[in-house]
Amino acid sequence: MKAWEVVIGIETHAQLSTQAKIFSGSSTAFGAEPNVQANAVDIALPGVLPVLNKGAVECAIRFGLAVGAKIAPRSVFARKNYFYPDLPKGYQISQYELPVVVGGQLAIPLGEDERVVKLTRAHLEEDAGKSLHECPGANFRGRTGIDLNRAGTPLLEIVTEPDMRSSAEAVAYARALHALVRWIGICDGNMQEGSFRCDANVSVRPVGQAEFGTRREIKNLNSFRFMQQAIDYEVQWQIATLEDGGRIEQATVLFDPQSGETRAMRSKEDAHDYRYFPDPDLLPLVIDRQWIDEIARQLPELPAARRDRLAAEYGLSAYDAKLLTTSLELASYFETAVAAAGPAGAKACANWVMVDLTARLNKEERDISQSPVSPEQLGGMVARIIDGTISTNIARKVFDALCNGEGSSADQIIASQGLQQITDSGALETLIDELLAANATMVAEFRSGKEKAFNALVGQAMKATRGKANPQQVNALLRKKLG
Amino acid sequence: MSLTLEQVHRVAHLARIEISDGEAQNTLGQLNEIFSLIEAMQAVDTQGVEPMAHAQDVAQRLRADRVTEPGRIDQRSAFQEVAPETEAGLYLVPKVIE
Amino acid sequence: MITDSLQALARALATKEVSSVELTRQYLERIARHNPQLNAFISVDEANSLAQAGAADARLARGEGGPLTGIPIAHKDIFCAQGWLTTCGSKMLNNFVSPYDAAVIERFKRAGAVLLGKTNMDEFAMGSSNETSFYGPVKNPWNADCVPGGSSGGSAAAVAAGLTPAATGTDTGGSIRQPAALCNLTGMKPTYGLVSRYGMIAFASSLDQAGPLARSAADCALLLNAMAGFDERDSTSLERPREDYGQALTAAAGDRPLAGLKIGLPAEFFDQGCSPEVMQLVEAAIAEYRRLGAETVAVSLPSMQLSVAAYYVIAPAEASSNLARFDGVRYGYRAPAYHDLNDMYSKSRAQGFGAEVKRRILIGTYVLSHGYYDAYYLQAQRIRRLIAKDFAHAFQHCDVILGPTSPSTAFKLGEKAADPVQMYLSDIYTIAVNLAGLPALSIPCGFAGGLPAGLQLIGDYFTESRLLNVAHRYQQTSNWHLQRPAGFD
Repeated sequence: MKAWEVVIGIETHAQLSTQAKIFSGSSTAFGAEPNVQANAVDIALPGVLPVLNKGAVECAIRFGLAVGAKIAPRSVFARKNYFYPDLPKGYQISQYELPVVVGGQLAIPLGEDERVVKLTRAHLEEDAGKSLHECPGANFRGRTGIDLNRAGTPLLEIVTEPDMRSSAEAVAYARALHALVRWIGICDGNMQEGSFRCDANVSVRPVGQAEFGTRREIKNLNSFRFMQQAIDYEVQWQIATLEDGGRIEQATVLFDPQSGETRAMRSKEDAHDYRYFPDPDLLPLVIDRQWIDEIARQLPELPAARRDRLAAEYGLSAYDAKLLTTSLELASYFETAVAAAGPAGAKACANWVMVDLTARLNKEERDISQSPVSPEQLGGMVARIIDGTISTNIARKVFDALCNGEGSSADQIIASQGLQQITDSGALETLIDELLAANATMVAEFRSGKEKAFNALVGQAMKATRGKANPQQVNALLRKKLG
Repeated sequence: MSLTLEQVHRVAHLARIEISDGEAQNTLGQLNEIFSLIEAMQAVDTQGVEPMAHAQDVAQRLRADRVTEPGRIDQRSAFQEVAPETEAGLYLVPKVIE
Repeated sequence: MITDSLQALARALATKEVSSVELTRQYLERIARHNPQLNAFISVDEANSLAQAGAADARLARGEGGPLTGIPIAHKDIFCAQGWLTTCGSKMLNNFVSPYDAAVIERFKRAGAVLLGKTNMDEFAMGSSNETSFYGPVKNPWNADCVPGGSSGGSAAAVAAGLTPAATGTDTGGSIRQPAALCNLTGMKPTYGLVSRYGMIAFASSLDQAGPLARSAADCALLLNAMAGFDERDSTSLERPREDYGQALTAAAGDRPLAGLKIGLPAEFFDQGCSPEVMQLVEAAIAEYRRLGAETVAVSLPSMQLSVAAYYVIAPAEASSNLARFDGVRYGYRAPAYHDLNDMYSKSRAQGFGAEVKRRILIGTYVLSHGYYDAYYLQAQRIRRLIAKDFAHAFQHCDVILGPTSPSTAFKLGEKAADPVQMYLSDIYTIAVNLAGLPALSIPCGFAGGLPAGLQLIGDYFTESRLLNVAHRYQQTSNWHLQRPAGFD
């Protein structure tokens, strides 16, 4: 048995978060009635012409800056010619020889380590429409319905070098890219709606062989789980085919999540002759240094830099810093909370965000931007833990109360629900004296060496104060009285 | 150079134009005459000459990212009035097999 | 009235000597009488045109009229006009009623002009004789056995026969200038980017440019004033200060109004296969220009001989892609019977397009296909650059370039229809101008065998005003442009 090496390159189509389409003034909003967001340009009426959306170019520049790529001072739009009913002009406007973003790289986490995936390029292009094979309430008589609402939505196609060597690396790359495009605000990353779709070019070769094997392209992977499954299946299929003495033919394949298998597409047979040429309706895209600098100034601190800064500035573990920088919203939430809590509350804020808040959000299937507790509220609550106003236990009550909208701030809830910790040692002593007098049996048990009885007495004291007593203080007072 | 019959068929397929063998034969002759006219270009040394794609040497103008045409059902109806076949707001085509 | 200039018509409308409705009705009647013979119009919609004329009269009555308000204008059927059948001369669009207006149509509407009808043309503007139209050939009013030229043949025949005061056309390789020459008209192709291409059905996007066809340079100036201007919907539309193209024409001038003007005579225009009769008329026009004060200088356009070859790569390549949208899905012709999607495409396109269009799509598809792109498309673009450089060099030595528009007068219907190469060579003098993107016009310069010949004037970028003035001064001392074909009084 030979040993095989897997080689994977990924092409990602990220829909850009612009208001309007890349070459027309139609809206890009998802979910409209079929063909309502398709204007004369989008449906390619005779005589219409494209004009490039500045917002889409800005997204490409942001991406290029975020991956350390070269932003081409001059790039060219080309026509990619093929017939398909969801492609109204009979060609897709894309970039071919001169893309807007050249090179760059993305670091991906691999267990404790990190490795770098090199990018070949990223280019702007327009999305196609959608083919619908059935539609509730309509009778297509076995035909296909075409909805062009998506036609002309701006895409950034991000292409890697054949740099990945396993499905795990491919998925790690896709996740890192997904996080990055959302971080820099160029793509909403909604994979269900098709905003972020990956194609994986997969080939295998005997270990030690210099040239690549023949690749097959798995199209339209719209979840990380499917990506992993599809690549694993494809790799195993290619190895089995080769070991049986077969040959791999270059092909475009689709992954069927039902069967878990990949199969060759029957359409797009002319894939090898797109007859690219510069689009005569569009002039060269010229991007000057000044524009790039302006966008660089608006770019948020990037994930890796922010992660390192959070670790250094707030004394967080590398693991915590990484978790808190999985999205820009999460990182900003954390830092806003710390600002309200004070620097001493950083570690506590991190824990609250990663444990209690995350659990709550997961349970309610919300993301951080829809958090029921604002970062200022959470930070304010942490501040009260730090200054001893409430215990961590009471804080959980306050947190729940904030989640349920019972008050506008932790302070208000503590005051209105009387949750302030009892720190007056005189009052506490009186309470403990009464407790000892009423529980003579337990006192006797403790004195006879049963340590459990002590814990029971602490519990009684906490119960009597409805949790508001400081547990350490109760402990100390009991020891003193019994000792 | 001259084209072959097979190339005529291939190009016609790429262009999605049905062509019979007889038409292809006839077209082949015409295309070869036209290409003999075009071949005059090949004698010219154009090394170092920048290809000219546009009449004017200007940069692409950019539109602001603004929705200028909000979707309208009545506009869809107007567009689909000239469509060969529609249903429920969709353009219908023979079944697409992926 | 039918011999009046646009300025005279505007004056008559302003003084209420005639109303727009009357004027429009008069032309509609002429169309009804003569079009069966000429086949210059594809669509006429009397009610629609008369309603526009009524609105123009109301506007004139309010004193809000401009120079074109109330004047009927015919448009080449390549311009989308809302509510009008817009066929581009093709069966493919035989049922296409446009849901929107082209920029050129909008501009004429805004000026208050009346849309008189849509004129016949070579299918998708591919042709030099108007014989490739699905709607049949157009006859030349000067001789019904002859072609009017193409592709704007319907517009040219309509103006020449007095079925419309003026018309629009488009020029990708000579499609305004050549029919102007063959029909005794003044026709101008402006600098690429001056007139918006939005709504003009694309043939070869980097070469297509709309322009006027009329009886004089002065009329063309008025039309160009309405047509030219920046349009943000066309990326290749140029932002330039507004110009009055007629202003230079009204300046007072003496005996030698063109003193100081240097006219370049390229050797390549005078030693190629131009018919001796046409050449003689061109020489006579040159002599007239010397009398008007102009000086002539010899210039050279050495790469021009390659313009036809480069054009028949670039234009078909762009066309093959531009015409891919005609697939029978969203509009246009769909074959009645087919067995699957690809068959539907292939049959619809095979049946919907005519022979010349299919030929050019195949050429274009071939030159762009894998393995041939560099040898054909890229090489053609390099030749295009050489041609543009030739002109740039020539314009260092002269102000305008002069030569024949077409190597012959109007040829017989059917004479070249079976021989594409011969047909392509009839644009030998006009094509280089489109490749360079320059402005040029054709003016009448005399008759040979009863058929008109055209003189071509080519200017540097954005010198439309000067070109029109150079043409106008010639028309002030010649009367060729005033000659009208017999039988259309």
